[in-house]
Amino acid sequence: MSTEVRTTPSPTRPVVGTREVTQWRVVVSEWVKLRSLRSTLWTLGAACVALVGLGVLIAYVRTTQTALDTGPGPGTSDPTATALAGVNFGQLAIGVLGVLVVTGEYSTGMIRATLTAVPRRLPVLWAKSAVFAVVTLAVSLVSVVAAFFGAQAILSGSDLQTTFGADGVARAVVGAALYLTVVGLLGMGLGWMLRSTAGAIAALFALLLVVPVVFGLLPASWNDTVGPYLPNNAGQAVMTVAGDGSLLPPWTGFAVFCGYAALALVAGAVRLVRRDA
Amino acid sequence: MITATNLTKRYGDKTAVDDLTFSVRPGVVTGFLGPNGAGKSTTMRMIVGLDRPTSGTVTVGGRAYVDQAAPMHAIGALLEARAVHTARSAYDHLLALGATTGLGRRRVDEVVDLVGLREVAHQRAGGFSLGMGQRLGIASALLGDPEVVMLDEPVNGLDLDGIRWIRGLLRSLAGEGRTVFVSSHQMSEMALTAEHLVAVGRGRLLADVSVAEMLASTDSGTVRVGTPYATELAELLAGEGVQITSSERHVLSVVGRSSEQIGAVALLHGLVLHELTPQRATLEEAFIAMTGDDVEYRSQTIDDTSRRAA
Ligand SMILES: Nc1ncnc2c1ncn2[C@@H]1O[C@H](COP(=O)(O)OP(=O)(O)OP(=O)(O)O)[C@@H](O)[C@H]1O
Ligand SMILES: [Mg+2]
Repeated sequence: MSTEVRTTPSPTRPVVGTREVTQWRVVVSEWVKLRSLRSTLWTLGAACVALVGLGVLIAYVRTTQTALDTGPGPGTSDPTATALAGVNFGQLAIGVLGVLVVTGEYSTGMIRATLTAVPRRLPVLWAKSAVFAVVTLAVSLVSVVAAFFGAQAILSGSDLQTTFGADGVARAVVGAALYLTVVGLLGMGLGWMLRSTAGAIAALFALLLVVPVVFGLLPASWNDTVGPYLPNNAGQAVMTVAGDGSLLPPWTGFAVFCGYAALALVAGAVRLVRRDA
Repeated sequence: MITATNLTKRYGDKTAVDDLTFSVRPGVVTGFLGPNGAGKSTTMRMIVGLDRPTSGTVTVGGRAYVDQAAPMHAIGALLEARAVHTARSAYDHLLALGATTGLGRRRVDEVVDLVGLREVAHQRAGGFSLGMGQRLGIASALLGDPEVVMLDEPVNGLDLDGIRWIRGLLRSLAGEGRTVFVSSHQMSEMALTAEHLVAVGRGRLLADVSVAEMLASTDSGTVRVGTPYATELAELLAGEGVQITSSERHVLSVVGRSSEQIGAVALLHGLVLHELTPQRATLEEAFIAMTGDDVEYRSQTIDDTSRRAA
């Protein structure tokens, strides 16, 4: 490192008109932060690979299985669900990224620099959410559309073929991207609430993976009434072409899922503003 | 200008900062002094709004920190704990912070050069040595060209070169009319850089004085005189209000006569002097006299302390 240092603090005063902190400037700052971490690229890359790779892979497996296909369970005969098979893995990567974008600042101490620069604090939460949502939505959308057409190319000619224009298909594919984005926002909300990477990831996975299993063990009458409103099930509705009746209507389910993410973000916002950093 | 009024912070039943009232003026380097756990870092976190006071207020440039429209221009702070994402490069760190206030690459380049991080600017900050981390922290603090510069133990981890650089930097920042507030528990460091001192102990204000005043307050007024004619000189100096003691041969400790007076008397009577030294307390001794009294850190004036210490 250079030992040559100047002793005058600012030889030229920075040329800026106004130095007020604005919401837009905080958005730019959060964009710089997101793109300058290699972990962002890796995690989004992993999500991409999971979404496209698994969709195509499962489609391929289906073509070899059709002849001996026995049980007509959900998914087995649904080509869109086949193409979206990667969502279950992709959501983990994106959820973890959502958590890390927030808790990475707490674990490294960066949050102190961030909040010193933006003392009102809430603009940081909005900006982080917006930048993350736009980037995640773009990446997920490209991935699920690629997964759909990739899977279709493999399934073409088999009786599992469908088209993007078929009833509910476009909604399910786009819905998958929306679902993934909201999973990430849920992760962010939990990150703001808990401020700990391990804690927030555990909470997110518990909500998405464990809660449905636990409710599955409850008496059927309970599970039938409460089940559709569980985060995971509510979220799945929007990416299912034709539900088997156990799910909420697509957009209702999605709205419920967004409700969970909003709840987590609001709770996180309250903690952010009220508690010492 | 930083103004704290009855500033208090409690963590559970631990009072970290206890009813502090002081102000830090522009144009001079003000040292924030106190032993470990005195509450310096806690006070500084409250100044930049990271911790909320339990009671009392603190303002920067007359405004509460949350009400700063351009916070990075109002105050630039280097905090005790690192505040950098370890996986991000120094350059991107500064770029992201600057973006909140509309600063771009030009200003980032300037501060990177200013702190001497040019060659490592694009490396992960997590791999930085302690000293490089401090330089990055100082770069972040100076990024917004702030009116107030507040550094918590800035010399920590710096090599000699770095320490000398910091001293020069602090003085020139103050020389430009900025408010410079620097914490340290190293008195000797403060003696070299600060003109004014705010001293705390166990969260309480112990002193808010200029370095000169602080030194004067603990000045015992003793003059050490070395002469082969110790007995003769002692007789000549004796008088009302003068105390003379001798703990070694040919050496006198005189209280109640200035070194000028003693020198004149010696000359007048043709007595050879080998030494004539006013015994000034070092800043370190002054500080220990003030804070070393560990029984209870009462809020007290310098005069009280020196009287008891004497
Ligand atoms: N977040 C916290 N929770 C509980 N106690 C705290 C917290 N922060 C500081 N303290 C306590 O408050 C007191 C003051 O700590 P502070 O770090 O402000 O001292 P300091 O003057 O900066 O000391 P040093 O010279 O060691 O840096 C200490 O007793 C410390 O343990
Ligand atoms: Mg400290």
